[in-house]
Amino acid sequence: MGQREGAAGLTTHAPQAAQAVTLPASLDEAVAALAAMPAAVPVAGGTDLMTAVNSGQLRPAALVGLGRISEIRGWQYLDGHALLGAGLTHARMGRPDFAALIPALAAAARAAGPPQIRNAGTLGGNIASAAPMGDALPVLAALEATLIIAGPGGARREVPVSHLLAGVDMLRGGELIGYVRVPLLHAPQVFLKATGRTGPGRAIASVALVLDPARRGVRCAVGAIAPMPLRPLEAEQWVASLIDWDNNRAVAPEALAAFGEYVAAACIPDPVPAEDGSVQPLPPAVLHLRRTVAALARRALGRALS
Amino acid sequence: MSKETATATTVDAGPAPDQLTHGIGASLPSAEASAKTEGTFPYAADLWAEGLLWAAVLRSPHPHARIVSIDTTHAREMAGVRAVVTHEDVPGAALYGRGTADRPVFASEVVRHHGEPIAAVAADHPDTARMAAAAVIVEYEVLDPVTDPEQAFEAEPLHPDGNLIRHIPLRHGDSEAGGEIVVEGLYRIGRQDPAPIGAEAGLAVPRPDGGVELYLASTDPHADRDTAAACYGLEPERVKVVVTGVPGAAADREDQGFQLPLGLLALKTGCPVKFTATREESFLGHVHRHPTLLRYRHHADAEGKLVKVEAQILLDAGAYADTSSDALAAAVSFACGPYVVPNAFIEGWAVRTNNPPSGHVRGEGALQVCAAYEAQMDKLAKKLGMDPAELRLRNVMATGDVLPTGQTVTCPAPVAELLEAVRDFPLPALPKDTPEEEWLLPGGPEGAGEPGAVRRGVGYGVGMVHMLGAEGADEVSTATVKVHDGVATVLCAAVETGQGFTTLARQIVQETLGIEEVHVASVDTDQPTAGPSCRGRHTWVSGGAVERAAKMVRTQLLQPLAHKFGMSTELLQITDGKITSYDGVLSTTVTEAMDGKELWATAQCRPHPTEPLDAEGQGDAFVGLAFCAIRAVVDVDIELGSVRVVELALAQDVGRVLNPAQLTARIEAGVTQGVGAALTENLRTARGLVRHPDLTGYALPTALDAPAIRIVKLVEERDVVAPFGAKAVSAVPVVTSPAAIASAVRAATGRPVNRLPIRPQAAVVTTGQ
Repeated sequence: MGQREGAAGLTTHAPQAAQAVTLPASLDEAVAALAAMPAAVPVAGGTDLMTAVNSGQLRPAALVGLGRISEIRGWQYLDGHALLGAGLTHARMGRPDFAALIPALAAAARAAGPPQIRNAGTLGGNIASAAPMGDALPVLAALEATLIIAGPGGARREVPVSHLLAGVDMLRGGELIGYVRVPLLHAPQVFLKATGRTGPGRAIASVALVLDPARRGVRCAVGAIAPMPLRPLEAEQWVASLIDWDNNRAVAPEALAAFGEYVAAACIPDPVPAEDGSVQPLPPAVLHLRRTVAALARRALGRALS
Repeated sequence: MSKETATATTVDAGPAPDQLTHGIGASLPSAEASAKTEGTFPYAADLWAEGLLWAAVLRSPHPHARIVSIDTTHAREMAGVRAVVTHEDVPGAALYGRGTADRPVFASEVVRHHGEPIAAVAADHPDTARMAAAAVIVEYEVLDPVTDPEQAFEAEPLHPDGNLIRHIPLRHGDSEAGGEIVVEGLYRIGRQDPAPIGAEAGLAVPRPDGGVELYLASTDPHADRDTAAACYGLEPERVKVVVTGVPGAAADREDQGFQLPLGLLALKTGCPVKFTATREESFLGHVHRHPTLLRYRHHADAEGKLVKVEAQILLDAGAYADTSSDALAAAVSFACGPYVVPNAFIEGWAVRTNNPPSGHVRGEGALQVCAAYEAQMDKLAKKLGMDPAELRLRNVMATGDVLPTGQTVTCPAPVAELLEAVRDFPLPALPKDTPEEEWLLPGGPEGAGEPGAVRRGVGYGVGMVHMLGAEGADEVSTATVKVHDGVATVLCAAVETGQGFTTLARQIVQETLGIEEVHVASVDTDQPTAGPSCRGRHTWVSGGAVERAAKMVRTQLLQPLAHKFGMSTELLQITDGKITSYDGVLSTTVTEAMDGKELWATAQCRPHPTEPLDAEGQGDAFVGLAFCAIRAVVDVDIELGSVRVVELALAQDVGRVLNPAQLTARIEAGVTQGVGAALTENLRTARGLVRHPDLTGYALPTALDAPAIRIVKLVEERDVVAPFGAKAVSAVPVVTSPAAIASAVRAATGRPVNRLPIRPQAAVVTTGQ
């Protein structure tokens, strides 16, 4: 595009400053580039990073772009698991072939934002940002996914996603999330998100629920209401014991509602009674959040079992 | 798919407009449309000058604090920094303001809102400028902010002018009057931000004569020039404001908090200085819709006729007055809506707080009261067991009725016709009627909506706004029309903000002069003033001025011919560049008649004067009124409280359709802004600090949130005092749609819905409720 001259010799084109950007072609090259430039920041879709840059909160000295690492932009099968590249975009995960494989992750990817965000934002970026509203996170928590982390010298180590999100086992300097290992369960999975609007928006609360018929288990995670996804383990076990796994996975309708309440109460517990035994009621906004979680969990289980 | 996208259909919109290619009534496309869609249209943020410096503004991180000291030494010493200015560097007036001059250019002793400018820096790189602004050391003594407008009355004065900006105690009729049925309500309206799609930007270029040129997306260039000149201590002639492309304006879009420092920095450094606001600064800097608290009591007789309305209206003006006085006048005057109310007692206050500043946003004052009085009408209908549309029809005003201000409505007021049109329009199909369609549930395509939990509601809103400035404002505009070589040019300082004025000006000249090729010159303050772009002013006053100037040119053109043939100019007509007489005897072309001459004419349009409201809120304060009725259909997920507006059917009083395509677009845009005010748009604060000043936290409606918009009827009853008989169309749909949506959510859930935007918890139906 050429420059356009306006009144008083004004033009509409500003010269751009150059920046140090490395574009490695493999995961190990990327790790090496980070090791060589400890001040460099890795960038994949940039949907979170560039917001921080544009608002002046982050001024990266250099960038390591992960967009050209083709090995992490697809997926492969491995011992009943799928090995998902961290560079998979939300748009790619939302497509029908992926949805047939891991339906809940596909649903979360489709709900993750407007098309521009879904085209750029990646699975690995969602995990690395670990924002409470990250839509993929409750799904990965429910699936009990494992991260494969690439380190210097071709090193690889595995970390459960919940450990990373809880801060039990953090990414170390120079490490990158390479792959996400997710079990293939061949059973219904649901991801539901309440946003308070019809267009794409941040989750007020979200629920991911997966069935594991082989282990006769129900696994559920609630997102967006806490810094990391919450797993209502007791509620999961309780409802799994009520499901007639051999007979269309039938469950009594009252059990759905009870499951919803159980999940909600586990994630948003009643306040501890004071010494005199009196209980402060939850504030209205928190009560609404609890009702929202209950409705989402009930609907999610209902859809998974229908 | 048809139900899911925002579609607008015009039913019964008058004569077939597609046959017209130019002139009044044609759907003439905007001359700027292709440049804007191709991305080549130059906005202020695109401007560049050789050797320019970049400005950054240091803004207060506190909503209320005393400034103990400002130390700019470090900032000045940074490499690349060329100038740092604070309140000490303002050579002229230290205070400015649209209504009252009460806002400092830079805070000197006290900061009164989050984001108030304290200093500005010019540097050779935008990052350097920002870092230098951050390096200005300001020592604050943090004070308790006043954030609850109800506390403002009792609180220590936040400003030497006091905390009460205006109080209107409107009294109309008999205070003893009462009805059998009484309903009461308390309503809260949130802080809508105009959120222009292009954030603020500008370029200041110093002039050799010691003056300065400001390239701004100003919507009121002359007022901005005068403010700037006063601040710089210069004569107005030495400051020139050149209007660049305006990237969206549903309000007084410009934040003078950066405009004034920009010129100061240019004058101080002798270099061009450019500023582009971040989205966060944009949210902090410009004015917002007044958050409002309203308390209402309606009295009606057993038949549902309104007897008396009592109301208290409290506008949160934020730290500075701006146009709060005008907003309050509108809120108080239209507090009862387009209904006949014989007795009205309305107290209105606009008060100062440490919240973000409020000012002119489309439908100011009128939007807030519309949501409240329509909620009251719903309550009344429920109490009387009456159909809500029927109750409204029993009370609607018509031409000749009297407003609570004592002003008689002399313009067309076809309110009943509008309401009947939307009531009788067929309702959209229910999902069960069209099961083959993939129905969009509340919560969106990937949302959690469940058909079993969805309830549908139908509600009504009837709204009114005034056009032009009120209470004695001199609403004048001047325009010049020039014709040369078969081409007409319009010079008028009316700013094209997207409202379509330039297209309208072309149509007016085409209509009057029969010349198809019309250009509209760009705007600067060397032209005579046309006033601000708001309240439908330019359709009225600038359109009127263009018409008069065009008619004067027409007379100049035809006079010699008419004289030659011994007939009056009225007997000659111009069409498609040809001049013909009524009897067809004379026929010549415009080019021939011009004979190489250049014809110029300048004219003014000044509507009839108005008067200020008196001590009891009485007076003929408004030039013209416009009305609108909307029927909203919503789907609510009653467990999650998510709302989807399925359809808004609208009927509007437009006077005359000047450009059907543009009119439809304006109505759709207005309605959609109203959807935002109803459901998602609220700039949140916590103890005066703005939370989430970004477009993720501040949720504007997207295509999925926008409903199907059905323009059921456009009533073309010409307003005899307005040029062309046309009324402004943009504001009244904004005012009315939130009320209609809230009414529909009320119908769907049975909940009171007394707060806008409607929060999910207000639309949830829990057992036992």
